[in-house]
Amino acid sequence: MRLKDIIEAVEVEVLAGAQCLPDREVVTVSACDLMSDVLAFAKPGILLVTGLTNAQIIRTAQIADLSGIIVVRGKRPNAETIELAEKMHIPLLSTSMHMFELCSELAKIGLAGTHTE
Amino acid sequence: MIAETVFNQGFEVEGGDFVRGGEASCRILEILKELAFPPSIVRRAGIAAYEAEMNIVMYADDGGLELTVTPDRIVIVVADRGQGIPDIELAMRDGYSTATDEIREMGFGAGMGLPNIKKNSDEMKISSTLGEGTRVEIVIKANHGEVRCEDSRPCAES
Repeated sequence: MRLKDIIEAVEVEVLAGAQCLPDREVVTVSACDLMSDVLAFAKPGILLVTGLTNAQIIRTAQIADLSGIIVVRGKRPNAETIELAEKMHIPLLSTSMHMFELCSELAKIGLAGTHTE
Repeated sequence: MIAETVFNQGFEVEGGDFVRGGEASCRILEILKELAFPPSIVRRAGIAAYEAEMNIVMYADDGGLELTVTPDRIVIVVADRGQGIPDIELAMRDGYSTATDEIREMGFGAGMGLPNIKKNSDEMKISSTLGEGTRVEIVIKANHGEVRCEDSRPCAES
């Protein structure tokens, strides 16, 4: 599923990387606040749902080849983090929903979780 | 082993700089992509380099990463000046960590860094001297024969 289709179905605000949305394919979703965990099961096409807002979520997205990031509970990353996401072409989104609620919405539109092989 | 070096570059890393932490690894990732390594190899090298770079940011005063590409391998040497690791065997254990709350709030420090580096490397050597620093050598075997040196030159110098 394209990231563009997801943002049409789920209420999120685009903070950075808007130009990348149409061609960004989401394969699975991971809800995680531990970047080392994300790096441990990294595979291309993961949409990361997180409560973290620091610059390392952007670096992790770049290194692990994530499709994008949704920050939950209406938190806003600082200007530096948003700027970094823009520079690195990482779609950075925000939602007022809490983590479980957002994950339920993503499951409803047919997205599945990430599995470790 | 004597092998022709295709590419070599060093990157400095500042301890405690959580904003720029990861910059060197992202550069390494870009260089390996430009050198046309397969995505799976690039990802493994990127993850190993990033975890090692974040270890400098989290625990050391300063340090650096040195990327060397030869026709049959990618070598990333990560060396820092800092407190060192008292017990490497213990530090290599999954889940063992001496991280502060600040580090954990950044999404790191869960004792997964060194095991993650090992998992993504074909060879990993680690040595440490208390009060001086730590050196981690990451080797990823990858055949680079098909990429010509001249092709990578413009990217390497950018």
